[in-house]
Amino acid sequence: MVDFAQDPQPFREQISAFIAENCPKELRDMPASERSVCWGGKRWVFSSPAQKSWLEAASSAGLTAARWPVAYGGAGLTRAQEKIFREEMARLKAPSPLESFGLWMLGPALLAFGTEEQKLHFLPQITRGEIRWCQGYSEPGAGSDLASVQTRAEDKGDHWLVNGSKIWTSYADHADWIFALVRTDREAPKHRGISFMLIDMESEGVSTKPIKLISGYSPFCETFFENVKVPKSYGENIPAQVGEVNRGWDVAKHLLTHERTMIGGGGSGSAGGILGGRSLGAFLGSLEEGVLDEPVIRSQAMELEVDTLAMGMTLERYKDMAKAGGVGNASAMLKYYGTELNKRRYELLMSVTGSEGVEWDGPHGTVAAEWLRTKANSIEGGTTEVMLDIISKRVLELPTK
Amino acid sequence: MTSLMLNEDETMLRDSARGFLDDAAPVKMLRTNRDSGRAYDPGFWKEMAQMGWTGVLVPEEAGGSDMGHRAAGILAEEMGVTLAASPFISSAVMAATALRGAASDRLSGIADGSAIYAIAVDEGTKHGPEKTALQAERSGNAFRLSGRKTFVADGGSAGRVLVLARTAGAPGEAAGLTLFDLDADRAGLSRSARKTVDSRDHAQLDFDGVEATGDDIVGELDNGMAVLGLALRAGQAALSAELTGLSAGAFAMTAGYLKERKQFDRIIGSFQALQHRAAHMWSEIEVTASAIANAGRVLDESPDESQLAVSVAKARATQTAKLVVSEGVQMHGGIGMTDEFDMGFFMKRARVGAEWLGDYGYHAAKVAAARGF
Ligand SMILES: Cc1cc2nc3c(=O)[nH]c(=O)nc-3n(C[C@H](O)[C@H](O)[C@H](O)COP(=O)(O)OP(=O)(O)OC[C@H]3O[C@@H](n4cnc5c(N)ncnc54)[C@H](O)[C@@H]3O)c2cc1C
Repeated sequence: MVDFAQDPQPFREQISAFIAENCPKELRDMPASERSVCWGGKRWVFSSPAQKSWLEAASSAGLTAARWPVAYGGAGLTRAQEKIFREEMARLKAPSPLESFGLWMLGPALLAFGTEEQKLHFLPQITRGEIRWCQGYSEPGAGSDLASVQTRAEDKGDHWLVNGSKIWTSYADHADWIFALVRTDREAPKHRGISFMLIDMESEGVSTKPIKLISGYSPFCETFFENVKVPKSYGENIPAQVGEVNRGWDVAKHLLTHERTMIGGGGSGSAGGILGGRSLGAFLGSLEEGVLDEPVIRSQAMELEVDTLAMGMTLERYKDMAKAGGVGNASAMLKYYGTELNKRRYELLMSVTGSEGVEWDGPHGTVAAEWLRTKANSIEGGTTEVMLDIISKRVLELPTK
Repeated sequence: MTSLMLNEDETMLRDSARGFLDDAAPVKMLRTNRDSGRAYDPGFWKEMAQMGWTGVLVPEEAGGSDMGHRAAGILAEEMGVTLAASPFISSAVMAATALRGAASDRLSGIADGSAIYAIAVDEGTKHGPEKTALQAERSGNAFRLSGRKTFVADGGSAGRVLVLARTAGAPGEAAGLTLFDLDADRAGLSRSARKTVDSRDHAQLDFDGVEATGDDIVGELDNGMAVLGLALRAGQAALSAELTGLSAGAFAMTAGYLKERKQFDRIIGSFQALQHRAAHMWSEIEVTASAIANAGRVLDESPDESQLAVSVAKARATQTAKLVVSEGVQMHGGIGMTDEFDMGFFMKRARVGAEWLGDYGYHAAKVAAARGF
């Protein structure tokens, strides 16, 4: 293993040499639009041997979770080092070796609330891309009002008996495990009877049914639990729940702040898809001549660029604030602003691509599907209205009555 | 680049500025200025000089505190919160930057507050230094300046004027412009105050064969934009900071009112229709604050490549202030429309600040150009 945190060689040189050596050239040469994201998991089919070897090399150096401690499969990089790492990845056109809900959501929650043994057990499986996780929060009757989840887990001595159903579970049909909010105390006030439970999707009684989105894709599912037996423990000091039983709401909220910050990050304009790593300006410059002479489109593009640049600066500032002591509920602002901005960006991309953009698979690839997908940005992970509510009540402390 | 977050020194600077301005220049001082017909309080300016604020961009050897553009922005932002009026941006930010770029020996006067400068650039209703038509006609080693400058901030009260004149080329060209440093009392220069809605000093300056010599030139002949360009960007960044402070000040009043006013037996801040608009405003202010911090940082670290950062800041600050003051009046209902209430002062200064040194469209176009479209 390469110890990036210790090696005295200037970090940038070292990391770029590592990427150049280990990320196969064919991956780096591939146009962004043809690359497939590596999600990992037991059932993952690599799109190429190159994708597999890049995942293995990056994860054995801890670089799939660059900031996590080395003991849990990360590289232990500082924020400054991680920034350099990202810059070098972009410069060398290296794709991310692994994306996953484990990295974005469960990992941070385990780091904050897990037992030492839970971290040692679950986190390296995530960083190596061995286990793919999905998020079992929403239910038919519990969306914005998430704390009213009804899926229940009954205490049966050595195991929990889980019954109920989840909805909108992204990639449940491809996931190996699920982190789910389940009710473990039906008498307690609604926030006080929830546990954050880790469940193997291969357990007897778990089933999924895909749901189709307006974009034509079916990335999410209904997930059913029918008399599912969940062992109370997966090993010594590795309980099935994260945090204490009945105190899962704290874990759920912590995870949501990470999820929201991540989704909000899409508003900095770095999103792949049609832009494929190019700036908006570079993309617009590549379009049919005259499109930008149209004054309304031009002014929308200018306003968007101003706001996108300012949002990028805001993400930087908030990362520093998070490191210096936390941003708390103010992260709702990143989610709100970033997602609304991303929706504006795609509305503009649709207007500038015009009649070509409305083709499912036209000269601009999947822009139409991407555009439709952005409409979910202001819903998933907490709606825009809920974000505004959080800001009003918790940040601005406006009265509730 | 250094962080966009305030560091420890900057937090101290902000807190001490806030404490001082709350006492020395609350919003009601602007009301007093207006009612007594003065643009600013000279006593307040002296206190600013004693604290080193007027020398914020002046090198230490010329008596300045040389704290840099980010610090100037922090001060301007706090001035915006209470609408503190003074020639800070004209003199301590723009003139200091221009004269520093030209290594002028007049910097020490700016630092100690004894010299107050105005910057005379625009001639029409919209900002655009390259549009300058005011002629500086050459006769031997001397020049005779004739023409009109409009919307000169602090132009009625300043003792000296930096005036941009055309010495070659035609209006519309950035080359052929020369910057002169003149005494405001020089023969042939007449100044007429314009009554602007923000109750501050904006004047029209008429030049009728005003004489100048080569010694009055700041920077190089025909290349005045080389020093003025950075000075304008510094002013734009500081003005953006002021507008952001103004937004924060107006927003604080509105948020306070939402927590106290009752209608239909409820605190109006409990109505979601108002809550979400308040949350939106706060989000806009947060995003703009980052752009302000960034502009100051970039000016300090790579001043020659600061146009994009500054224009993002000015564009954002202009729009944000406009939103916050409009919503501020609206959410206060009838009282928001009264002169007795302060919100109107915020609205009026926001409008003047939106125009001064380039409006939203001017700066958004700069951003588009810098970003390749
Ligand atoms: C693409 C996508 C992927 C998703 N992936 C996952 C996943 O992997 N796992 C998971 O658990 N969930 C997932 N979700 C679900 C998502 O978190 C929920 O859709 C979301 O929380 C909203 O809940 P709801 O759909 O029940 O809408 P509702 O809560 O019924 O909201 C309906 C409308 O009412 C508004 N509303 C609700 N309450 C208030 C209020 N107090 N004030 C004002 N307005 C209000 C909402 O803003 C919205 O406009 C996903 C959703 C999408 C679209």
